[in-house]
Amino acid sequence: MVVTAEIVARCQEVFEDLNFTAARQWKASKAGRKVIGFMPVYIPRELIHAAGMLPLGILGGGDSLEVIHGDAYYQSYICRIPRSTVELGVTGRLDFVDGMLFPFVCDVIRNLSGLWKILFPNVYTHFFDTPQNYRADVGGEYYRRELLELKKDFEELAGREITDDDLRSSIRAYNENRQLVEEVYSFRAHQPWKAPATEVYLLMRAGMVLPVEEHTQLMRDYLAAAEQENRPMRDKTRVVITGSFCEQPPLDLIKSIEIAGCHVVDDDYMLVNRWLKGSVATDGDPIANLAKAFLEQSVETSCKYVEVEQRKGKFLVDCVRERRAEGVIFAAPSFCDPALLDRPMLQHRLAENNIPYIAFKYAENSGQMQPIREQAGTFADSIKLWSEP
Amino acid sequence: MSAKEAVKEPSMLKQKEMIARNYDLLTSTKENGRKVCSTYVPGNLNELLMCFGFLNNLPEINAIQNGMRKLSGDYIMEAEKLGHSEDVCTYVKADIGMMGKGNIAPNGKPLPAPDVLLLSYTGCFTFMKWFELLREQYKCPTLMLHVPYTANGCITDNMRDYVVRQLKEEIIPKLEEISGTRFDIDRLREYLRNSAEAEDDLVWVLEQGKRKPSPIDAYFGAVYYIGPIFTAFRGTQDAVDYYRMLRAEIAERVAQGQGPLTPEGTDVTHQKYRVVTEGPPNWTHFREFWKMFYDEGAVVVASTYTKVGGLYDYDNFRHDPDRPLESLAEYCLGCYTNRNMPTRIDIIERYIREYDADGLLINSIKSCNSFSAGQLVIMREVETRTGKPAAFIESDLVDPRYFSAANIKNRMESYFQMIDQKRKGAAVSALPVTSRGASARHSVATA
Repeated sequence: MVVTAEIVARCQEVFEDLNFTAARQWKASKAGRKVIGFMPVYIPRELIHAAGMLPLGILGGGDSLEVIHGDAYYQSYICRIPRSTVELGVTGRLDFVDGMLFPFVCDVIRNLSGLWKILFPNVYTHFFDTPQNYRADVGGEYYRRELLELKKDFEELAGREITDDDLRSSIRAYNENRQLVEEVYSFRAHQPWKAPATEVYLLMRAGMVLPVEEHTQLMRDYLAAAEQENRPMRDKTRVVITGSFCEQPPLDLIKSIEIAGCHVVDDDYMLVNRWLKGSVATDGDPIANLAKAFLEQSVETSCKYVEVEQRKGKFLVDCVRERRAEGVIFAAPSFCDPALLDRPMLQHRLAENNIPYIAFKYAENSGQMQPIREQAGTFADSIKLWSEP
Repeated sequence: MSAKEAVKEPSMLKQKEMIARNYDLLTSTKENGRKVCSTYVPGNLNELLMCFGFLNNLPEINAIQNGMRKLSGDYIMEAEKLGHSEDVCTYVKADIGMMGKGNIAPNGKPLPAPDVLLLSYTGCFTFMKWFELLREQYKCPTLMLHVPYTANGCITDNMRDYVVRQLKEEIIPKLEEISGTRFDIDRLREYLRNSAEAEDDLVWVLEQGKRKPSPIDAYFGAVYYIGPIFTAFRGTQDAVDYYRMLRAEIAERVAQGQGPLTPEGTDVTHQKYRVVTEGPPNWTHFREFWKMFYDEGAVVVASTYTKVGGLYDYDNFRHDPDRPLESLAEYCLGCYTNRNMPTRIDIIERYIREYDADGLLINSIKSCNSFSAGQLVIMREVETRTGKPAAFIESDLVDPRYFSAANIKNRMESYFQMIDQKRKGAAVSALPVTSRGASARHSVATA
């Protein structure tokens, strides 16, 4: 039986490889295969999969990529993910990618979609605008038509029709994946010492590159291995991380929070894996089912409009309750409009519910972890020492 | 020492009176019984709001007013004390800080809490969060009109249908409910007819920048020209009258061969440099910034900022009374920052050619990602396509901490020198080959 260390090593290898060798190999292994890159936060990967193509999550360059060209494209007061993504593009690391999707996240990612058209005119580039209206006959209908448009584009790219059965089969594959993701998160929330945050992060991150079936199996293996392994139980403070849904923190930052005395029991790092809560229906019209799931089963995140004021922040508060977290860490990238604009409102909700929190900012290439460790450590200690039982 | 009072033309006085009247109406709702809608400039639905008798209050305009009156710095710091990040839009923070300090309008009276927030957000993500923040304070109904981004450079049927469906199914019924007034589409058509008439005159005025000398400054001066149509007056007879008056004034300047009027009352008739600008101006040092241009004999002949609340020249959009809701949808979809980057580049390139400009000057705003993200690529692309030099300066909307006068002035002077060099280069290449060496040596010696 495999042990967690082997699985994590495989995930780490995928994570560190900024040439995306695994995705290149997948493409090269069969003639005519295509790869579609996508940026955070959500795209319906089922559509790409149904066309026989590989969805590839592009989450910036992390802390190991030296950004030389990318800095010439963005001012210092713009977050880091677009510049490292441009760096990946102009240095040829994405030269095997046949299409790029830029979902609705913020104005920076939105504008990057236009830049991509200019920089890479031969690559299919699509800004995927999801509705902020959640009525089935209004936003739902708009979204359904957008999905049909995207399906048509993918059919042209793949050179074949996407049938309803193809889509249903892909929805099933991603339903299974979502279920396993939820099992990993639940397992960690239940026994966080058995599934450290860095391991879960790497496991989820592998799902951005590997085919969904392989990723699902990897999670299954990890759960089985982690359950068997005898890792010492630690008395740490249980925290939820929020605000990290786009530009990713360096792995050292995630590690630092744990070293500082926190068990991460939930996070929003790889939201595309968890955007839809529960399964998408597999009977009937698959496009309509994807649209319905988007309207009714999406998580709340800073990129979305919350229609009713009373519901603002409820998702985070519920998450804290369900995961039995003792506090929240707002960890947002510098200059991240969605996370930073949302933060005061979410903090008000936490305060109303007597949930402690701290906040800091990072960049994907942040190097100094000592301040983070001190801040997180003080936060964890203060909860352990001063919280009412 | 207080700044010298700016010299004003009759149209400016009329506009001043219109804006003052609107603020007086807004600050006396207890007496006049009117309901207030807060909404945004880009994608505003002023004609629709007027159908329900709403007064229109625009938080960005309040922030601009506070910036120009040197109040925004304190407001921003107030908001930061309340936990708002130093990284986010300073319009938002100026607005939140203003609320914290009593929400005082320029007439010295407190603004009322809005009866409804109409979030018709176009071309800027921050708007969506801004109204979530305001909703938290005001606890009033908030209507969301989601306007998709025209990422492929065109308005698709799905986009238009989606916006129209939101207007029909969500916005209009809720505005009826809040106002207690039934929607009358003929009333809307009437207002849209007024809008189109004013838009014709506005476009005529802005296109006078093609003349030499330009009778207008299409950035600093045009900020005043767009005032009525981008705010609470599009669709009103007042706006029609204002733009007719403005057109007549500009026609007179054309006839007299005059340049634009500066705040000091002088004409910029000797125009050494004709530039196109991209990005909003800085509001906290507006006159100082403008002076850096006219002191050098520079006039802005076209700008993108003046298209942020409606783009009427690029593809000739006009509000259309025969297609009222579709036309409102197309207006929202077509605002400048809702255009994709290739289109923005195309607009600027076209301005440089059609207005015979010497180049492009980008004022990149620290806290406005909608405008700023990608501007360095805009700069390079425009330079490549037009062969005209471009320059990049950085400031902020209403945060005075990010206006460095010396740095900006230095950059602008260098830019104007660059234009001079470019002209000399062009003059040299136009000379017969045998004369070029002497001319080039002269250029180096006098540099």
